[in-house]
Amino acid sequence: MIEEDEVDLVLNDLFELYGYDFTNYARASLKRRINRLFLLDKFPSFAEFRYRLKSDADYIKRVIEGLTVTVTEMFRDPLFYKILRAEVIPSLASKPFIRIWHAGCSTGEEVFSMAILLKEAGLLHKSLLYATDLNPEVLEKARKGIFPIVQMKQYSENYIESGGKNDFSAYYTAQYSQAKFVETLAERMIFSTHNLVSDRSFNEFDLILCRNVLIYFDKYLQERVLNLFNESIGTLGYLALGSKETLNFSAIKPNYKQINKEKIWRRIS
Amino acid sequence: MAENKLKTACKAVVIGGSAGSIEVLLKLLPALSPPLSFALIIVLHRKNSTDSSLVNLLALKTNLPIREVEDKDAAAPGEIYLAPADYHLLIEKEEMFSLDDSEKVNYSRPSLDVTFESAADVYGSSLVGILLSGANADGTAGLNTIKKKGGIIVAQKPETAQSSFMPQQAILYTPIDYVFDVEELTVFVNSLNANA
Repeated sequence: MIEEDEVDLVLNDLFELYGYDFTNYARASLKRRINRLFLLDKFPSFAEFRYRLKSDADYIKRVIEGLTVTVTEMFRDPLFYKILRAEVIPSLASKPFIRIWHAGCSTGEEVFSMAILLKEAGLLHKSLLYATDLNPEVLEKARKGIFPIVQMKQYSENYIESGGKNDFSAYYTAQYSQAKFVETLAERMIFSTHNLVSDRSFNEFDLILCRNVLIYFDKYLQERVLNLFNESIGTLGYLALGSKETLNFSAIKPNYKQINKEKIWRRIS
Repeated sequence: MAENKLKTACKAVVIGGSAGSIEVLLKLLPALSPPLSFALIIVLHRKNSTDSSLVNLLALKTNLPIREVEDKDAAAPGEIYLAPADYHLLIEKEEMFSLDDSEKVNYSRPSLDVTFESAADVYGSSLVGILLSGANADGTAGLNTIKKKGGIIVAQKPETAQSSFMPQQAILYTPIDYVFDVEELTVFVNSLNANA
């Protein structure tokens, strides 16, 4: 079991040697992730874990993947997508150009979900979906638009529950155990590494989605990231968070109006 | 004996359960005397759904403030907190909650082990962990961690549990402090309350 002071040593190494700053991640969860990696990779002692960390640059890829949570799904929380369909996307329809940012997109399932919504609203051709994550490995997967076929039944149900009217299977072709999503969906996507801890605002957006990412940050870092979003959202733009995340603790809250009881806020000033 | 010591020491009670636990809570919650001097944290295995019917059901049975946790909510004495569906519930040193949607543990999210272990880290000997009815082995490892950090661990008497497997596992594989039926459990939890 790795203890608190040892966690500090690991975080220090990751920052000093590799530039990844996890110091303001929510500590309880981060400690669990580090312990999980330590057990999975069967290190006999903390010293050996740390040695590997410091001496093996390739192992860092695995550490970053192990410490960050990459769980995601298509049309996750279908009712959230229903509101996007019914309220958010129609209000963007009259814009000449729609810019959307998926911050912390992981393997891209939610980006493809959004592309489907835009396609069905006839807006995909004039939209750009920026999808960023700190982890280059997951972006590589996201770019391909290939997801496990075993998930498709669940995703199809989610899609229907979100108000989808088409045949979901028309959006992908099955290749053995994988489902490859049609190229037209990916044409308007731009994938890039971006670290919410250290990188700055890079554009102005009509909609920013950052769902189940802030839960891994402490309050200080949450506030920093929310300010980054605030700088990146245009007038009357939207911010969408995960189902248990909130703007309530943030100084930017007065600038926003919550849409019903959903975790979607619209910028009003 | 230790009762007075318990009262002043207890800062949090974590109740974990699976199949058959809701009915225990429906008896326990109305019998608690408010205000509580500790935070009462409830983690139940439940179907993956974001509807709030469970918290509404439990709220009918108590005058104590109860709510489903949102990320970074404070874990304050006197309040009852319910882990939301599909997230692990962790506790930070600052006595507030963090949520985590990483892999399931013991086929479960929320996992009882995750919350027990995280609470043990924060509350140490000021923690009481209670494991109720269930058909899964989740919770036993977490109770062991609580015990190691000096807390008190309790299991529902298996013969009174709708599903006896979960408390039975704890009795077999932890140095359990108490094994209670629902009535005894109610008396015990009230005895932890320094305001009662």
